[in-house]
Amino acid sequence: MRPAGKGEFESLYFKYPIFAAPSLEHVFDRNQFKVAIVGAGPVGMFAALTLARFGVPTVLFDNKNTFNDGSRAICLQRSSYHALERVGAVAPFIEKALGWTTGRTFYRGQKILEFQMPHTDSEKYLPMYNIQQQYIEQFLCNAVDACDLIETRWCSEVVGISDSISGTRLTINDTNGRYKCDVEWVLAADGARSSVRTIRGKRLNGKNFPGRYVIADVQMDHNYPTIRRALFDSKSNPDKTILIHRQPDNLWRIDYQLPEGQAEEEAIREANIRENVARILVDIGYKGDWELEWWSIYSANTLALDDYRDERVIFIGDSAHIVPIFGVRGLNNGLADAENAGWKLARVLNGLSDESLLDSYTPERRGATLDIFENASKSARFMTPPTKGWTLMRDAALSLSLDHQWAGEFANPRQMEPFIYSEGGAVLSNLPSTGSVIIGAILPNERLSENTHLSDLLGNSFTLLVLDDVNPVELDSLKASLHNVDPQLTLITNSKIRERFGDNALKRIHSRLGTQTGATLMIRPDGYIVGAWGVYAPDDIVMLMTAAFGKNGVN
Amino acid sequence: MSLEFSKIEQVYEELAKALDRLADQDREIFLCKFSLLLARETDDLAWVIEMIEKAQNRLGKV
Repeated sequence: MRPAGKGEFESLYFKYPIFAAPSLEHVFDRNQFKVAIVGAGPVGMFAALTLARFGVPTVLFDNKNTFNDGSRAICLQRSSYHALERVGAVAPFIEKALGWTTGRTFYRGQKILEFQMPHTDSEKYLPMYNIQQQYIEQFLCNAVDACDLIETRWCSEVVGISDSISGTRLTINDTNGRYKCDVEWVLAADGARSSVRTIRGKRLNGKNFPGRYVIADVQMDHNYPTIRRALFDSKSNPDKTILIHRQPDNLWRIDYQLPEGQAEEEAIREANIRENVARILVDIGYKGDWELEWWSIYSANTLALDDYRDERVIFIGDSAHIVPIFGVRGLNNGLADAENAGWKLARVLNGLSDESLLDSYTPERRGATLDIFENASKSARFMTPPTKGWTLMRDAALSLSLDHQWAGEFANPRQMEPFIYSEGGAVLSNLPSTGSVIIGAILPNERLSENTHLSDLLGNSFTLLVLDDVNPVELDSLKASLHNVDPQLTLITNSKIRERFGDNALKRIHSRLGTQTGATLMIRPDGYIVGAWGVYAPDDIVMLMTAAFGKNGVN
Repeated sequence: MSLEFSKIEQVYEELAKALDRLADQDREIFLCKFSLLLARETDDLAWVIEMIEKAQNRLGKV
């Protein structure tokens, strides 16, 4: 909601573009696509860019005539930056967003916890960046517009999806009329209230948490670094919690928990929002002017589909799951879904993998969501305890934290590292362990020179990292044997690293991966480790990679 | 290894006095804090869980 007298899209800092539907002539002329993506939000646009990365054209449908409005996602984590980099879209994010590593938690005005998110000089990006979703959509939209493989159709609502032998037939209503489109695959990126989910008769299952929050965006010249603040039992919201995040353009995100029993109409009345925000600002020592941008009401849910795929419809982002805000994993999780579904679907469409590769999508991404649920549920129970027992223990922990540092850890928001894929995933998790390499995890990064990281050497498709001194002729033969699995395979070798970055850089990689005695790693197009071999085993690599990713009957 | 009876009796008395000193609304939270502080002094999680189980025995169910 915006303040009285303001238009629906009258923002203090952001100019919403206005889009129109394509002409009927055009949509009747072009009505066959390999992949349709429903929802041109950040997840949908990023999915389109990921498919384009592998040469797969897409059409994006969105029922709105502009971007999503209001206070939405603001935190992008490191792995999302790497994902944006892989589609060539990270530059404007680096320029605009505010990076952060630190969080502070206060109880009754006293700091009880200062946590640092895992970060070392080996990393290319910071653990977290704050940026308004409006900018995320703007930057992705610019990248989409610059890509010849993506067509975006705004003001175009998908109202029907029927299965056919070779794909699905979509019915689209736009401002000019109604038409049909034949597509092979549908990615449903149409958000928490997904109409594709409703059309397919699917339901999200899970839990709702009792606490409710007002989320307000405020513009002010507040001099405080980009540090996440959580306030428990403060003067301005006794017994309740407050979260404060800094965003670009002097915007501040203030989330405050509402008292039990307060009617929603009461809670979201502008006068009440202003009064509560003013009290919070006094509490944090801000005395200057401020302007209200937007506000809404929120309660935590952990909801997910049982299966993220329904025949030729694949659900990505909030259409598949709703996670609590406390772990800042809603959009980040959605982007990871989009990349995961994107590279796998591209392999199927490019004739490199069987459709069975898509069976790994739900175990990997639903697994990641359940992992987030577990951690975010802990955070949600601490932020808004659901019962007397949880409240007593939370209050006991907070009281202890005033004198005992260890107890402050209960207030850690657990913004954890990306999930590790195993059972049912597209990884070779049965291989014996090699050094400290974790199969199914993202490849750890390492700085190789002032401007280059290990992640910069990874190819667009699979990458084979041979950290052994292997004869180049043998390597060529391995690459040739893997041609059917991945004609774009990138090879990184010990000698290439030594040549370009020196022996110390190579030693740093070995020390980071614990592979001083040599190892070979296969990395997926999304940066996850498929498998690792302690002893150079070309035949084994070819056999396992072909079985896991090759096309049946071709290899 | 356990406290001899005279010492556990002293714990009993100190807890009684502390519970009496505290306001009604602080008693439960005090016991929660006390439990967390004690639990932190051991590295035997199974033992702590067992104590949580034992302490629930013979209490009236609502």
